[in-house]
Amino acid sequence: MRAMNVVVCVKQIPDPASPGQLDPSDHTLVRQGKLILDDSDAYGVEMGLRLAEAAGGGEVTLVSMAPNSEVSGLRTALAMGAAKAILVSDDTLKGSDALSTAKVLAAAIQRANPDLVLAATESTDGYTGTTPAQVAELLGWPSVTFAKHIEVTGGAVKVDRQTEAGYDQVECPLPALVTVTAGVVEPRYPSFKGIMAAKNKPVDELEVADLGLSPDQVGWSGARQAIIDVSAAEERKAGEIIEDEGDAHERVVSYLEQLKVI
Amino acid sequence: MAVNTIWVFAEAFQGKPLSGTLELLTKARQLGGTVEAFYAGGDADAIAPQLGAYGATKVYTTGDLGDALLGTPVAAAMAAQIEAGNRPDLVLFAMTYDGRDVAGRLSAKLDRPVLTNGLDIAVDGDVVTVGTAIFGGNTLVTTAYKSDPPFLAIFRPKSFAPEEGGGATPEVVTVDVPDTGAAGAAKVLDRHVEERSGPKLDEAAVVVSGGRGLGDAEKFEMIEELAKLLKGAPGASRAIVDAGWVPYAYQVGQTGKTVKPTVYIACGISGATQHMVGMKGAKNIIAINKDKDAPIFSIADLGVVGDVHKVVPKLIEALKARG
Repeated sequence: MRAMNVVVCVKQIPDPASPGQLDPSDHTLVRQGKLILDDSDAYGVEMGLRLAEAAGGGEVTLVSMAPNSEVSGLRTALAMGAAKAILVSDDTLKGSDALSTAKVLAAAIQRANPDLVLAATESTDGYTGTTPAQVAELLGWPSVTFAKHIEVTGGAVKVDRQTEAGYDQVECPLPALVTVTAGVVEPRYPSFKGIMAAKNKPVDELEVADLGLSPDQVGWSGARQAIIDVSAAEERKAGEIIEDEGDAHERVVSYLEQLKVI
Repeated sequence: MAVNTIWVFAEAFQGKPLSGTLELLTKARQLGGTVEAFYAGGDADAIAPQLGAYGATKVYTTGDLGDALLGTPVAAAMAAQIEAGNRPDLVLFAMTYDGRDVAGRLSAKLDRPVLTNGLDIAVDGDVVTVGTAIFGGNTLVTTAYKSDPPFLAIFRPKSFAPEEGGGATPEVVTVDVPDTGAAGAAKVLDRHVEERSGPKLDEAAVVVSGGRGLGDAEKFEMIEELAKLLKGAPGASRAIVDAGWVPYAYQVGQTGKTVKPTVYIACGISGATQHMVGMKGAKNIIAINKDKDAPIFSIADLGVVGDVHKVVPKLIEALKARG
């Protein structure tokens, strides 16, 4: 058995339970207040931990990019059992587009030299869904997106990959990048012991220059796209609301009749 | 520079172009300029007439890529054409599994941004913009490219209505696929097709979806029964797909299917933004939920505040009684 070192890309995002906002001056997502671990990343963290356990050795390293040295989301993943984290935090990163983000993550991943990189299929806040494929291409690695099952055997990763029609069984040699869907594994809750241990786990904080990237490749200066207009969508209005008194189905039937569905 | 040449990454299943491909060809035709399709597969000659009918005047094909996962070799083949001087101004992708892979990899190869989740695209002289919706669809954002072309964009399903343009069968040109080394080493060992009866979820005129409010997995049977009675398709919220009650193929929402049926009936679904993104384009929405404050009621044309376990069985009985 060989040790299995896994990098999990995690994003720290504003709590999705509170309504999102764009900064009116520069159209970036408002990221004030405490950031939390993106729910979709908990699956990758859990999967990484299980793969390292199954290999009988190795560890999970988190890689994240965030403003203001934010670590609260990372601590959640460290409490689940990840060994350490690499956090790229730099004022010049503000305004980075998906490709610039991918360049930063790819450079940070290279420092960790993992066997496997796991990421969510898309983040909950920005959901561009292209960053993982961009990272894999920048690393020159194979990638398998939309995994619903993952196994590692003999230097290769086997993935059941979601498709329109069902799923494909895909195999690729390591190192590789795999994106995971929510169905891949049930994430554990951090234990009290885990939460205490997470406080002392190393978070290696880097700036863009540490990664060998120039400031004009990231942030506003690196972005090759610009939001030029933001407007409110036409609201769908609420229609008729009825309380069921035992006969609400009759109203549904008459509504369906009115629509000529029945 | 205006837009002179547009490529559409064309995809097909069992010899038939995907609806998303036809939607993009139609839109590309409306934008003007030359529309060309880029297809990965050995059956390009067979589907070329259909691609032509929707606007493609040429079909580039990689030929049969065997068991390779498409993302890496297709992006490499596109990049090789572009580097050799065969330059489109725009490359459009449907938001499919392979479409996102190809677009992401091509973006990194060409060092060009890719705009995703597109709902609309406009060309005004030199400025190309893509429209998207954020925050569950309540805010519309227009983004312009600031890089040099080609501009890459990925569009959500049903963003444009497919319409035939009556074009002739296009020329099919086979292009080289460069050796991609380790990056192209992912191989498909086996393909599983999950059988479903009735109309397809994203094509059905009636969609009946169930959510967490159903209480347990077995109760999904009544969703299937109601859907069948209305000649519709059953769908599901992400919550019950994640819980393993129904397969992912049933999921409606941001990470699942986008549906625009005549009637969408949401049963026991509270209406998380990620679900609403996938169904708020329905012509009519009926919601049945116990919680009168559920967000789904804010977009429902007919909202029933009540217990799905009582309302749905009575609805099923009433429809059966009609014969």
